[in-house]
Amino acid sequence: MSTETPVRTIPAPLVNPEAQPFFQAAAEGRLIYKSCEACGRPHHPPRSICPHCHSDRTQWKASAGRGEVYSASMLRRGVPVPYCVAYVTLDEGVTMMSDLMDFGDATPPVGTRVQVRFVAAEGGAKVPMFGPVEAL
Amino acid sequence: MNRRDAACIVGAYEHPTRHAPDKSVAQLHAEVARGALHDAGLQAGDIDGYFCAGDAPGLGPLSMVDYLGLKPRYVESTDTGGSSYLIHVRHAAQAIEAGHCNIALITLAGRPRSEGSSGTQARAYNLLAPEAPFEAPYGLVPINSYAMAAQRHMHEFGTTAEQLAWIKVTASHHAQHNPHAMLRDVVTVQEVLASPLIADPLHRMECCVVSDGGGAVIVARPEIARSLKRPLVRLVGGGEAVGYVNSAHMDITTSAAKRSGAAAFAQAGVTPDDIRYASIYDSFTITVLIQLEDLGFCDKGQGGRFVADGKLISGQGRLAINTDGGGLCNNHPANRGGMTKIIEAVRQLRGEASAAVQVKDCALALAQGTGGMLGSRHASATLIMERE
Repeated sequence: MSTETPVRTIPAPLVNPEAQPFFQAAAEGRLIYKSCEACGRPHHPPRSICPHCHSDRTQWKASAGRGEVYSASMLRRGVPVPYCVAYVTLDEGVTMMSDLMDFGDATPPVGTRVQVRFVAAEGGAKVPMFGPVEAL
Repeated sequence: MNRRDAACIVGAYEHPTRHAPDKSVAQLHAEVARGALHDAGLQAGDIDGYFCAGDAPGLGPLSMVDYLGLKPRYVESTDTGGSSYLIHVRHAAQAIEAGHCNIALITLAGRPRSEGSSGTQARAYNLLAPEAPFEAPYGLVPINSYAMAAQRHMHEFGTTAEQLAWIKVTASHHAQHNPHAMLRDVVTVQEVLASPLIADPLHRMECCVVSDGGGAVIVARPEIARSLKRPLVRLVGGGEAVGYVNSAHMDITTSAAKRSGAAAFAQAGVTPDDIRYASIYDSFTITVLIQLEDLGFCDKGQGGRFVADGKLISGQGRLAINTDGGGLCNNHPANRGGMTKIIEAVRQLRGEASAAVQVKDCALALAQGTGGMLGSRHASATLIMERE
């Protein structure tokens, strides 16, 4: 997984105790998500109590960092640098909001395969974003 | 509940301004309150319930109650963004029915145009919101949230850019007859699609206006409503629901209007086929299309065909929408379009819409609001009103 130079200023995530492990993992180049041992369903953003069944048996799991675009939109006007917000459905079955990068000027279509990279936000925290799948 | 016992909207007023650099927000609230009181034939001292949302300056209702010199025995400041005021009407009716108040005032006002607001800017929301660390870095703003819903709708159902453009074209046909509308020029599908892409697939002309101004409505006990001189407009059905992303089962093409609408139709005992006029929240074109589907005016996925070819222009088909020009052309004060949705429905039921767009014998009307962001979390509110 590569680390890219941001092309725009990424607002820093205001990390709270519940979110801290996610950003700690991101700082180490790992993408993790929460899943519930009681009902077996994943969720995002991560909570200590499962939003599906309200069990407190939620656990962090590792994602392989690949998925596909659920939807995306390139914002072209009113901002200093255009950027593409997206929902990405990870192969593990959970969907997260992110940005797409390195796809040029177009909005990648629904279903486009993507791979995570970690980008520095203001203040130095790393946040996961998604780009084209790298050749292995 | 017997329909004759249902609370009534007895006053409605839309501020004529669309640009108010020389006024305060509180002043605009006071001006719309005065306008609604005058419309109803009531005095400020008659008000015993007051409702406002996040556009009202100060803590909840406190500063505005003070500024307006009210003495309410019931206050509420539920804030669900642009749909707040439809929820307020429903809650006011419930409070009246429960005996907590008799005459409730609901105000909305703001100056986003004078303050340089835009739908490409991040909304200043609470940084302690649990989703904030997982959304703020990615630049979610109103337009790209709705744009993602549009993108997905096009993918799943084959909805086209031309079909979405028809929603703006429809609004422009209505706005030409509204002397207060911010944009009064009739536009074509080609002109909409030739306007700049702001957030794929939404063009500039698919975005609502940014306007200063506001509006107010007054809800009253039916006995009081009957003592006033205005046509009776009863709230016969209402519903509200909150929608959000289910990360384990994504669907941003269906809104909470599916639930708020079902509740409102069930309470009113009518179906979408009975409705001849509907105010449909139109922050963006896609907002209208998805709500029309979710309210049951057409099947899911058929919204594109339903809105195309001018079928929703007043006089053209079975249903007319947003005959004031809507948020797309007329007014979207305080970046919150819910109040103006209620007001135009009341005008239609009273027979006070512009003559060119008045729906003949409009006896039943619907007002629909969506607040927040369709592509992340939002609140939907539906009102069904009947003329006696």
